[in-house]
Amino acid sequence: MADLRNNFVGVRSPNPFWLASAPPTDKAYNVIRAFEAGWGGVVWKTLGLDPHVVNVSSRYGAVQWNGQRIAGLNNIELITDRPLQVNLDEIRQVKRDWPDRAMIVSLMVPCDEASWKYILPMVEDTGCDAVELNFGCPHGMSERGMGSAVGQVPEYVEQVARWVKQHSRLPCIVKLTPNITDIRHSARAAFRGGADAVSLINTINSIVSVDLDLMAPTPTVDGKGTHGGYCGPAVKPIALNMVAEIARDTETPNLPISAIGGIGTWRDAAEFMALGAGNVQVCTAAMHYGFRIVDDMIAGLSNWMDQKGYRTLEDFRGRAVPNVTDWKFLNLKYDIKARIDQDKCIKCGLCHIACEDTAHQAILKEKDGKRHFEVVDSECVGCNLCMHVCPVDNCITMQRVDEGGYANWTTHPNNPSSVKETA
Amino acid sequence: MSRKDHADIAPGRLSSEQLARNFDDVAPPLDRQSALIAAQRCYYCYDAPCIQACPTGIDIPSFIRRITTDNLRGAATDILGANVLGGMCARVCPTEILCEGSCVRNTAESQPVQIGALQRYATDWVFETNTPLFERAPASGKRAAVVGAGPAGLSCAHALARAGHDVTVFDAKPKPGGLNEYGIAEYKVLEFAAREIEWLLSVGGIAWEGNRALGENLHLADLRRDYDAVFLGLGLSGVNALGIEGEALAGVRNAVDFIADLRQCDDFTQLPVGRRVVVIGGGNTAIDAAIQSKKLGAESVTMVYRRGSASMSATWAEQEFAKTQGVTVIEWAQPRRILGDGAVSAIEFEYTQLDEAGRLAGSGDYLMLAADTVLKAIGQSLLAPRANGDGSAVIETRNGRIVVNAEFETSVRGVWAGGDCVGSKVDLTVQAVEDGKRAARAIHARLGGNGKAEN
Repeated sequence: MADLRNNFVGVRSPNPFWLASAPPTDKAYNVIRAFEAGWGGVVWKTLGLDPHVVNVSSRYGAVQWNGQRIAGLNNIELITDRPLQVNLDEIRQVKRDWPDRAMIVSLMVPCDEASWKYILPMVEDTGCDAVELNFGCPHGMSERGMGSAVGQVPEYVEQVARWVKQHSRLPCIVKLTPNITDIRHSARAAFRGGADAVSLINTINSIVSVDLDLMAPTPTVDGKGTHGGYCGPAVKPIALNMVAEIARDTETPNLPISAIGGIGTWRDAAEFMALGAGNVQVCTAAMHYGFRIVDDMIAGLSNWMDQKGYRTLEDFRGRAVPNVTDWKFLNLKYDIKARIDQDKCIKCGLCHIACEDTAHQAILKEKDGKRHFEVVDSECVGCNLCMHVCPVDNCITMQRVDEGGYANWTTHPNNPSSVKETA
Repeated sequence: MSRKDHADIAPGRLSSEQLARNFDDVAPPLDRQSALIAAQRCYYCYDAPCIQACPTGIDIPSFIRRITTDNLRGAATDILGANVLGGMCARVCPTEILCEGSCVRNTAESQPVQIGALQRYATDWVFETNTPLFERAPASGKRAAVVGAGPAGLSCAHALARAGHDVTVFDAKPKPGGLNEYGIAEYKVLEFAAREIEWLLSVGGIAWEGNRALGENLHLADLRRDYDAVFLGLGLSGVNALGIEGEALAGVRNAVDFIADLRQCDDFTQLPVGRRVVVIGGGNTAIDAAIQSKKLGAESVTMVYRRGSASMSATWAEQEFAKTQGVTVIEWAQPRRILGDGAVSAIEFEYTQLDEAGRLAGSGDYLMLAADTVLKAIGQSLLAPRANGDGSAVIETRNGRIVVNAEFETSVRGVWAGGDCVGSKVDLTVQAVEDGKRAARAIHARLGGNGKAEN
């Protein structure tokens, strides 16, 4: 039985599954239910200074895709809309009742030292395990100079991280916004400021859809809409890349990462941790199905680790990082061809038309006057498109056909700045 | 005991509530949610096998994709543009041997996309709202006569009207629709047939004349004189006889008549049905008659076919459905004589087998079934149009069907024919629609059009 215990910047939890700072962690009632369901920790929904904010009615918009009700979700909800003291009291009580679970408190206050100096002692007094700085929310709060308005300026990120470390003994996790061009600059700033870790990604600025009757973006508030934060399964690839970018950045060596972004299954979690994340945070999947999903995340990860012979999380964490490289280092001698398993082929023709119209005209649709799909090796560049459009599992696979060897772009004759190899 | 008492044929065997349940829609329509789920199972195959399998060549992947984008008008146009009776075909087509039978989903999952149900979903709204989808081309000044208001005739008439010609449709029956109105099981179509025709005729340019029977009060020579083109969609209106002793006894009747009475009946509690019903035949008419007898409250319904189930023209799905409805199916038995004193009381069958030459032969083994009603459904035949006037217009027939060329023109120039009366491929509604469509194309070309009578 694999050991799922997690130690993230000194914060211990029975498993690496935390609930992200969001509506599910808004109050004691939800958090207790989450702990009862088995979640390893929570990041309490972001606290701010009183007077507390107010929220609008109509807060979520969803992208439905091919029968999936929530392929992506966006929200225009702000930080907690309850008085600060109410939240602090509840946090204290829940942490006292659930000492083995991680209790992280998310914070967002104006970008001045006094505000941070004011709130940090009160938060620390609750007995919580760490703070997470919300530099990510792209909507509403950013108009007031907080959230992503801070996260988008590396100097501010560094400065606030430094204030927090000065005025609190708690581990400090900086939550990064993906609404930037290069995530590494934000991570480096947090690192320089002394942050103990980063968490990412916060939500992506978005408009999920336009109501063509109202002629307004959704979610629609009395005829108007605004940009909101996008999350859910659709954003996972973006998050994976950003996590990997930080994990392999030599300027932020060993910077712990709490991964967030479209995580809903143990497999998602394993992928993020393989790319270096120390643990993961979940929100949308829980909002879609309830807290009970953690059950399979725990059992699934444990079973997979057993199967692979990984005893602890550290045994596989970061294992994929060395295999993330730059394009220019990819082996140009590697060659694969599509192979269609004729016994599995159902003759839908999708591979043919995809290749014919949009790739390399490498799949024939007929043989001896009959419907039959076959790869023309001389035309196939091994792009994988047919494999992806094929609706049958393992019907189209890619077979390696090269004779070995390694050569990359840096030395390729077509590269104007190639490094000349000396014979 | 009077002779009449032998036959236990009576109405009101079931309550009106039970009858209403029994004759409810056999395949209820999909709602939007179910339709989207069903539509999302379509792989949108390239050069899809289902299109090839559809006699009218409906672009099935296209209409299903349009369903997924809520483009129902586009979906309906795809369907009805290729098959103007696509609403009826969605209900009565043996999809299990056509589009759904060829669906690639069968290969891995044995579960095709519900193409028939989706086709109904995509088109029902058109008829419910009587929304026009097609416009007529400018008037050509040409006139065409269509004899027979079944699927072939209606398809031809609609295509010709769209091409700008003025069409008159004649039929021996008081209502248009042919088998759709008189010959298909009630639970498959409910009140749909009439609604569909109302929509079809609303394109304009189609005049309707019922109670006009060719050879009686309608004559080919007159039509050829008065119209620029004539299309015959006569169907097969003759019914094959058993040719055995007792066929004239009360309680022995044609299954098509039983079904027609049922389809035209407003109150099933008034419709008589036997207690013990025997249906002879293995086609869809036999199946429809058997199931509906059961639904009307017959105690026992036995369908007897002289060969094995594989030879039945009813598909396996129809046969399965009959069995689930409580119909007993006996194979390899042919009727020898019907017994009764005035009214039928029993029918005797001889079991059959194939002889060494592969021909059907009696086995010498007999079976007696008690029966109050014997419904004959052993096939229908062409009542060939009679020549009239100077006799110059003799329509050539062969093997009991009208002979047509590749353009669906008969041996008489200017007279086209299609549907069951020519038997071009299979005797199905959808094939008749295709025949009518192709004939209209040929007629339009003859009348000086561009050869495209539709679209």
